[in-house]
Amino acid sequence: MDNIENKEQSTTHKIGIYLWIWGLLFVLSFFSYMVDWFAFQGLLRWSLILTFMFLKAGLIMAFFMHLFWERYALVNVLLWPMTAIACFIGLMAAEAKYTVFTRLLYFITGG
Amino acid sequence: MSDVKIEGYELKAGFKGMTADTGSDQTMFKGVQWGKVMMWIFLLSDTFIFSCFLISYMKGRTSTVVDWPNTSEVFSLHVGSTPVPLLLIAIMTFVLITSSGTMALAVKYGYEKNRKMCGWLILATAIGGLTFVGMQAFEWSKLIHEGVRPWENPFGAKQFGSFFFMITGFHGTHVSIGVIFLFIFARKVFKGDFDNGKRGFFTTMKSDYVAIEILGLYWHFVDLVWVFIFAFFYLW
Repeated sequence: MDNIENKEQSTTHKIGIYLWIWGLLFVLSFFSYMVDWFAFQGLLRWSLILTFMFLKAGLIMAFFMHLFWERYALVNVLLWPMTAIACFIGLMAAEAKYTVFTRLLYFITGG
Repeated sequence: MSDVKIEGYELKAGFKGMTADTGSDQTMFKGVQWGKVMMWIFLLSDTFIFSCFLISYMKGRTSTVVDWPNTSEVFSLHVGSTPVPLLLIAIMTFVLITSSGTMALAVKYGYEKNRKMCGWLILATAIGGLTFVGMQAFEWSKLIHEGVRPWENPFGAKQFGSFFFMITGFHGTHVSIGVIFLFIFARKVFKGDFDNGKRGFFTTMKSDYVAIEILGLYWHFVDLVWVFIFAFFYLW
Protein backbone atom coordinates (compact mmCIF):
# COMPACT_ATOMS: atom_id res chain seq x y z
CA MET A 1 0.00 0.00 0.00
CA ASP A 2 3.09 2.19 -0.02
CA ASN A 3 2.51 3.47 -3.48
CA ILE A 4 -0.81 5.10 -2.70
CA GLU A 5 1.18 7.73 -0.87
CA ASN A 6 3.61 7.74 -3.75
CA LYS A 7 2.12 10.74 -5.52
CA GLU A 8 3.50 11.48 -8.92
CA GLN A 9 6.40 13.72 -8.28
CA SER A 10 6.45 16.32 -10.96
CA THR A 11 8.34 14.85 -13.87
CA THR A 12 7.63 17.83 -16.00
CA HIS A 13 9.21 18.00 -19.37
CA LYS A 14 10.79 21.00 -20.98
CA ILE A 15 8.31 23.28 -22.67
CA GLY A 16 10.22 22.85 -25.95
CA ILE A 17 9.00 19.32 -26.53
CA TYR A 18 5.34 20.35 -26.28
CA LEU A 19 5.86 23.29 -28.62
CA TRP A 20 7.64 21.05 -31.12
CA ILE A 21 4.83 18.47 -31.11
CA TRP A 22 2.27 21.26 -31.34
CA GLY A 23 4.06 22.70 -34.38
CA LEU A 24 4.35 19.28 -35.99
CA LEU A 25 0.61 18.69 -35.51
CA PHE A 26 -0.12 21.98 -37.25
CA VAL A 27 2.16 21.11 -40.15
CA LEU A 28 0.69 17.60 -40.51
CA SER A 29 -2.88 18.96 -40.40
CA PHE A 30 -1.93 21.48 -43.05
CA PHE A 31 -0.51 18.69 -45.21
CA SER A 32 -3.62 16.55 -44.84
CA TYR A 33 -5.75 19.56 -45.82
CA MET A 34 -3.52 20.03 -48.86
CA VAL A 35 -4.35 16.46 -49.92
CA ASP A 36 -7.90 17.66 -50.46
CA TRP A 37 -6.85 21.07 -51.81
CA PHE A 38 -4.82 19.52 -54.65
CA ALA A 39 -7.55 16.88 -55.11
CA PHE A 40 -5.20 13.89 -55.18
CA GLN A 41 -7.06 10.74 -56.15
CA GLY A 42 -6.79 6.99 -55.75
CA LEU A 43 -3.91 5.24 -54.03
CA LEU A 44 -1.94 8.46 -53.49
CA ARG A 45 -4.89 10.12 -51.76
CA TRP A 46 -5.67 7.45 -49.24
CA SER A 47 -2.07 6.53 -48.50
CA LEU A 48 -1.32 10.19 -47.73
CA ILE A 49 -4.48 10.56 -45.62
CA LEU A 50 -3.60 7.45 -43.60
CA THR A 51 0.05 8.45 -43.16
CA PHE A 52 -0.77 11.91 -41.83
CA MET A 53 -3.58 10.51 -39.68
CA PHE A 54 -1.39 7.89 -37.98
CA LEU A 55 1.46 10.37 -37.51
CA LYS A 56 -0.88 12.86 -35.83
CA ALA A 57 -2.54 10.21 -33.68
CA GLY A 58 0.86 8.83 -32.67
CA LEU A 59 2.22 12.24 -31.69
CA ILE A 60 -0.86 13.11 -29.65
CA MET A 61 -0.85 9.80 -27.80
CA ALA A 62 2.90 9.58 -27.25
CA PHE A 63 3.60 13.12 -26.07
CA PHE A 64 0.39 14.99 -25.25
CA MET A 65 -1.09 11.95 -23.50
CA HIS A 66 2.35 11.03 -22.08
CA LEU A 67 2.27 7.39 -23.24
CA PHE A 68 5.91 7.72 -24.33
CA TRP A 69 6.87 8.18 -20.68
CA GLU A 70 4.48 5.62 -19.16
CA ARG A 71 5.50 2.15 -18.08
CA TYR A 72 4.90 -0.73 -20.49
CA ALA A 73 2.32 -2.30 -18.17
CA LEU A 74 -0.05 0.59 -18.95
CA VAL A 75 0.95 1.15 -22.57
CA ASN A 76 0.38 -2.49 -23.53
CA VAL A 77 -2.98 -2.69 -21.77
CA LEU A 78 -4.09 0.26 -23.87
CA LEU A 79 -2.63 -0.62 -27.25
CA TRP A 80 -3.22 -4.37 -27.61
CA PRO A 81 -7.04 -4.05 -27.68
CA MET A 82 -6.55 -2.03 -30.89
CA THR A 83 -5.75 -5.31 -32.67
CA ALA A 84 -9.35 -6.37 -31.99
CA ILE A 85 -10.52 -3.21 -33.77
CA ALA A 86 -8.19 -3.97 -36.67
CA CYS A 87 -9.73 -7.46 -36.96
CA PHE A 88 -13.21 -5.95 -36.84
CA ILE A 89 -12.32 -3.52 -39.65
CA GLY A 90 -11.04 -6.43 -41.74
CA LEU A 91 -14.18 -8.50 -41.13
CA MET A 92 -16.56 -5.64 -41.94
CA ALA A 93 -14.60 -4.64 -45.04
CA ALA A 94 -15.03 -8.18 -46.39
CA GLU A 95 -18.70 -8.14 -45.40
CA ALA A 96 -19.25 -4.80 -47.16
CA LYS A 97 -17.67 -6.09 -50.36
CA TYR A 98 -19.98 -9.09 -50.24
CA THR A 99 -23.05 -6.90 -49.64
CA VAL A 100 -22.30 -4.63 -52.56
CA PHE A 101 -21.59 -7.65 -54.75
CA THR A 102 -24.96 -9.26 -53.99
CA ARG A 103 -26.75 -5.93 -54.41
CA LEU A 104 -25.26 -5.36 -57.83
CA LEU A 105 -25.90 -8.97 -58.79
CA TYR A 106 -29.61 -8.88 -57.91
CA PHE A 107 -30.14 -5.37 -59.25
CA ILE A 108 -28.82 -6.61 -62.60
CA THR A 109 -30.35 -10.08 -62.72
CA GLY A 110 -33.54 -8.93 -60.97
CA GLY A 111 -33.36 -11.56 -58.22
CA MET B 1 5.42 10.26 -15.00
CA SER B 2 7.49 7.14 -14.59
CA ASP B 3 10.27 7.92 -12.12
CA VAL B 4 8.48 6.26 -9.23
CA LYS B 5 10.18 4.76 -6.24
CA ILE B 6 8.49 1.93 -4.40
CA GLU B 7 10.20 0.53 -1.33
CA GLY B 8 11.28 -3.07 -1.66
CA TYR B 9 10.39 -3.24 -5.33
CA GLU B 10 12.80 -2.96 -8.17
CA LEU B 11 11.38 -1.22 -11.22
CA LYS B 12 12.60 -2.70 -14.46
CA ALA B 13 12.22 -1.14 -17.88
CA GLY B 14 10.53 -2.46 -21.04
CA PHE B 15 8.74 -5.79 -21.38
CA LYS B 16 10.68 -7.32 -18.46
CA GLY B 17 9.26 -4.53 -16.35
CA MET B 18 5.80 -5.15 -17.73
CA THR B 19 5.78 -8.83 -16.73
CA ALA B 20 7.28 -7.98 -13.35
CA ASP B 21 4.71 -5.21 -12.71
CA THR B 22 1.83 -7.42 -13.81
CA GLY B 23 2.88 -10.35 -11.64
CA SER B 24 4.05 -8.33 -8.67
CA ASP B 25 1.13 -9.24 -6.40
CA GLN B 26 0.53 -5.54 -5.80
CA THR B 27 -0.93 -2.71 -7.79
CA MET B 28 -0.14 -3.31 -11.46
CA PHE B 29 0.26 0.22 -12.77
CA LYS B 30 3.21 1.45 -10.74
CA GLY B 31 3.14 5.12 -9.88
CA VAL B 32 -0.01 5.80 -11.85
CA GLN B 33 -2.71 7.46 -9.79
CA TRP B 34 -5.88 5.33 -9.83
CA GLY B 35 -8.01 8.10 -11.32
CA LYS B 36 -5.68 8.25 -14.27
CA VAL B 37 -6.00 4.51 -14.85
CA MET B 38 -9.78 4.84 -14.65
CA MET B 39 -9.73 7.63 -17.24
CA TRP B 40 -7.55 5.50 -19.54
CA ILE B 41 -9.92 2.54 -19.23
CA PHE B 42 -12.86 4.83 -19.97
CA LEU B 43 -11.06 6.23 -23.01
CA LEU B 44 -10.33 2.68 -24.18
CA SER B 45 -14.04 1.85 -24.05
CA ASP B 46 -14.82 5.14 -25.79
CA THR B 47 -12.34 4.18 -28.50
CA PHE B 48 -14.41 1.07 -29.11
CA ILE B 49 -17.62 3.09 -29.41
CA PHE B 50 -16.11 5.52 -31.92
CA SER B 51 -14.54 2.61 -33.80
CA CYS B 52 -17.94 0.97 -34.10
CA PHE B 53 -19.38 4.19 -35.55
CA LEU B 54 -16.54 4.59 -38.04
CA ILE B 55 -16.61 0.91 -39.00
CA SER B 56 -20.36 1.02 -39.62
CA TYR B 57 -19.75 4.15 -41.70
CA MET B 58 -17.13 2.25 -43.71
CA LYS B 59 -19.57 -0.62 -44.20
CA GLY B 60 -22.44 1.64 -45.18
CA ARG B 61 -20.35 3.65 -47.61
CA THR B 62 -18.72 0.62 -49.24
CA SER B 63 -21.89 -1.37 -49.66
CA THR B 64 -24.11 1.31 -51.20
CA VAL B 65 -24.45 1.21 -54.98
CA VAL B 66 -25.31 4.94 -55.11
CA ASP B 67 -22.48 7.50 -55.36
CA TRP B 68 -21.32 8.91 -52.03
CA PRO B 69 -21.66 12.73 -51.76
CA ASN B 70 -18.46 14.60 -52.58
CA THR B 71 -17.51 15.87 -49.11
CA SER B 72 -15.09 18.35 -50.63
CA GLU B 73 -18.05 20.17 -52.21
CA VAL B 74 -20.66 19.51 -49.52
CA PHE B 75 -18.46 21.07 -46.83
CA SER B 76 -17.11 23.95 -48.91
CA LEU B 77 -17.56 27.54 -47.81
CA HIS B 78 -17.90 30.53 -50.11
CA VAL B 79 -15.26 33.21 -49.65
CA GLY B 80 -16.57 36.06 -51.76
CA SER B 81 -17.95 34.06 -54.65
CA THR B 82 -15.34 31.28 -54.87
CA PRO B 83 -16.07 28.04 -53.00
CA VAL B 84 -13.15 26.92 -50.83
CA PRO B 85 -13.29 23.15 -50.19
CA LEU B 86 -13.52 21.97 -46.57
CA LEU B 87 -12.61 25.44 -45.27
CA LEU B 88 -14.71 25.31 -42.12
CA ILE B 89 -13.53 21.78 -41.31
CA ALA B 90 -9.90 22.85 -41.71
CA ILE B 91 -10.42 25.79 -39.35
CA MET B 92 -12.17 23.48 -36.85
CA THR B 93 -9.21 21.09 -37.03
CA PHE B 94 -6.74 23.88 -36.31
CA VAL B 95 -8.87 25.23 -33.45
CA LEU B 96 -9.01 21.80 -31.83
CA ILE B 97 -5.27 21.23 -32.20
CA THR B 98 -4.60 24.65 -30.72
CA SER B 99 -6.75 23.83 -27.71
CA SER B 100 -4.97 20.48 -27.37
CA GLY B 101 -1.63 22.29 -27.25
CA THR B 102 -2.81 24.73 -24.58
CA MET B 103 -4.12 21.78 -22.56
CA ALA B 104 -0.77 19.98 -22.75
CA LEU B 105 0.92 23.13 -21.45
CA ALA B 106 -1.72 23.49 -18.72
CA VAL B 107 -0.85 19.97 -17.48
CA LYS B 108 2.84 20.87 -17.45
CA TYR B 109 2.28 24.10 -15.52
CA GLY B 110 -0.08 22.30 -13.18
CA TYR B 111 2.61 19.83 -12.15
CA GLU B 112 4.97 22.77 -11.68
CA LYS B 113 2.34 24.28 -9.34
CA ASN B 114 2.17 27.39 -11.49
CA ARG B 115 -1.43 28.19 -10.60
CA LYS B 116 -1.99 31.27 -12.78
CA MET B 117 -0.49 29.88 -16.01
CA CYS B 118 -2.32 26.58 -15.51
CA GLY B 119 -5.64 28.36 -14.98
CA TRP B 120 -5.32 30.68 -17.96
CA LEU B 121 -4.27 27.83 -20.24
CA ILE B 122 -7.26 25.71 -19.17
CA LEU B 123 -9.49 28.71 -19.80
CA ALA B 124 -7.93 29.13 -23.26
CA THR B 125 -8.57 25.42 -23.92
CA ALA B 126 -12.21 25.81 -22.87
CA ILE B 127 -12.66 28.78 -25.19
CA GLY B 128 -11.08 26.82 -28.05
CA GLY B 129 -13.50 23.98 -27.40
CA LEU B 130 -16.42 26.40 -27.27
CA THR B 131 -15.36 27.87 -30.62
CA PHE B 132 -15.23 24.37 -32.07
CA VAL B 133 -18.73 23.52 -30.86
CA GLY B 134 -20.00 26.85 -32.21
CA MET B 135 -18.58 26.15 -35.66
CA GLN B 136 -20.03 22.66 -35.58
CA ALA B 137 -23.46 24.10 -34.77
CA PHE B 138 -23.03 26.45 -37.75
CA GLU B 139 -22.08 23.51 -39.99
CA TRP B 140 -25.06 21.46 -38.83
CA SER B 141 -27.55 24.28 -39.40
CA LYS B 142 -26.04 24.97 -42.83
CA LEU B 143 -26.43 21.34 -43.89
CA ILE B 144 -29.91 21.04 -42.40
CA HIS B 145 -30.85 24.21 -44.28
CA GLU B 146 -29.57 22.60 -47.49
CA GLY B 147 -31.86 19.64 -46.90
CA VAL B 148 -29.57 17.04 -45.34
CA ARG B 149 -31.58 14.69 -43.13
CA PRO B 150 -30.68 11.38 -41.53
CA TRP B 151 -32.83 9.65 -44.14
CA GLU B 152 -32.13 11.73 -47.27
CA ASN B 153 -29.95 14.42 -48.76
CA PRO B 154 -29.69 16.19 -52.11
CA PHE B 155 -26.06 15.20 -52.77
CA GLY B 156 -26.01 11.42 -53.15
CA ALA B 157 -26.28 8.23 -51.10
CA LYS B 158 -29.02 8.49 -48.47
CA GLN B 159 -26.89 6.98 -45.69
CA PHE B 160 -24.66 10.06 -45.70
CA GLY B 161 -26.88 12.12 -43.39
CA SER B 162 -27.33 9.50 -40.69
CA PHE B 163 -23.60 8.79 -40.47
CA PHE B 164 -22.78 12.49 -40.49
CA PHE B 165 -25.18 13.44 -37.69
CA MET B 166 -24.35 10.36 -35.61
CA ILE B 167 -20.56 10.60 -35.78
CA THR B 168 -20.07 14.36 -35.59
CA GLY B 169 -22.91 14.62 -33.08
CA PHE B 170 -21.38 12.07 -30.75
CA HIS B 171 -18.01 13.78 -31.07
CA GLY B 172 -19.57 17.21 -30.52
CA THR B 173 -21.23 15.89 -27.35
CA HIS B 174 -17.83 14.81 -26.09
CA VAL B 175 -16.41 18.27 -26.83
CA SER B 176 -19.32 19.96 -25.06
CA ILE B 177 -18.93 17.81 -21.94
CA GLY B 178 -15.19 18.53 -22.05
CA VAL B 179 -15.82 22.27 -22.24
CA ILE B 180 -18.09 22.15 -19.18
CA PHE B 181 -15.43 20.29 -17.19
CA LEU B 182 -12.69 22.63 -18.44
CA PHE B 183 -14.61 25.64 -17.08
CA ILE B 184 -15.22 23.87 -13.76
CA PHE B 185 -11.55 22.96 -13.44
CA ALA B 186 -10.35 26.41 -14.49
CA ARG B 187 -12.40 27.80 -11.60
CA LYS B 188 -10.97 25.21 -9.20
CA VAL B 189 -7.42 26.02 -10.29
CA PHE B 190 -7.92 29.78 -9.89
CA LYS B 191 -9.49 29.25 -6.46
CA GLY B 192 -6.37 27.32 -5.47
CA ASP B 193 -8.13 24.05 -4.65
CA PHE B 194 -5.22 22.06 -6.05
CA ASP B 195 -2.66 23.95 -4.00
CA ASN B 196 -4.39 23.65 -0.62
CA GLY B 197 -5.79 20.17 -1.28
CA LYS B 198 -9.42 21.14 -0.80
CA ARG B 199 -11.76 18.18 -0.97
CA GLY B 200 -13.87 17.91 -4.08
CA PHE B 201 -17.63 18.17 -4.44
CA PHE B 202 -18.33 14.53 -5.23
CA THR B 203 -15.43 13.03 -3.33
CA THR B 204 -13.67 13.09 -0.01
CA MET B 205 -10.32 12.89 -1.77
CA LYS B 206 -7.99 15.84 -1.62
CA SER B 207 -7.63 17.75 -4.87
CA ASP B 208 -4.32 17.28 -6.63
CA TYR B 209 -2.86 18.58 -9.86
CA VAL B 210 -2.98 15.03 -11.24
CA ALA B 211 -6.64 15.87 -11.90
CA ILE B 212 -5.49 18.32 -14.55
CA GLU B 213 -3.58 15.56 -16.30
CA ILE B 214 -6.67 13.33 -16.18
CA LEU B 215 -8.78 16.14 -17.64
CA GLY B 216 -6.03 16.60 -20.23
CA LEU B 217 -6.20 12.94 -21.21
CA TYR B 218 -9.91 13.31 -21.95
CA TRP B 219 -9.36 16.50 -23.94
CA HIS B 220 -6.52 15.02 -26.02
CA PHE B 221 -8.71 12.00 -26.70
CA VAL B 222 -11.40 14.27 -28.13
CA ASP B 223 -8.74 15.75 -30.40
CA LEU B 224 -7.51 12.26 -31.27
CA VAL B 225 -10.97 11.14 -32.34
CA TRP B 226 -11.29 14.25 -34.49
CA VAL B 227 -8.07 13.26 -36.29
CA PHE B 228 -9.76 10.02 -37.35
CA ILE B 229 -13.10 11.65 -38.21
CA PHE B 230 -11.31 14.31 -40.26
CA ALA B 231 -9.39 11.64 -42.18
CA PHE B 232 -12.16 9.13 -42.76
CA PHE B 233 -15.31 11.21 -42.99
CA TYR B 234 -14.18 14.51 -44.50
CA LEU B 235 -11.05 13.71 -46.52
CA TRP B 236 -11.62 10.15 -47.73
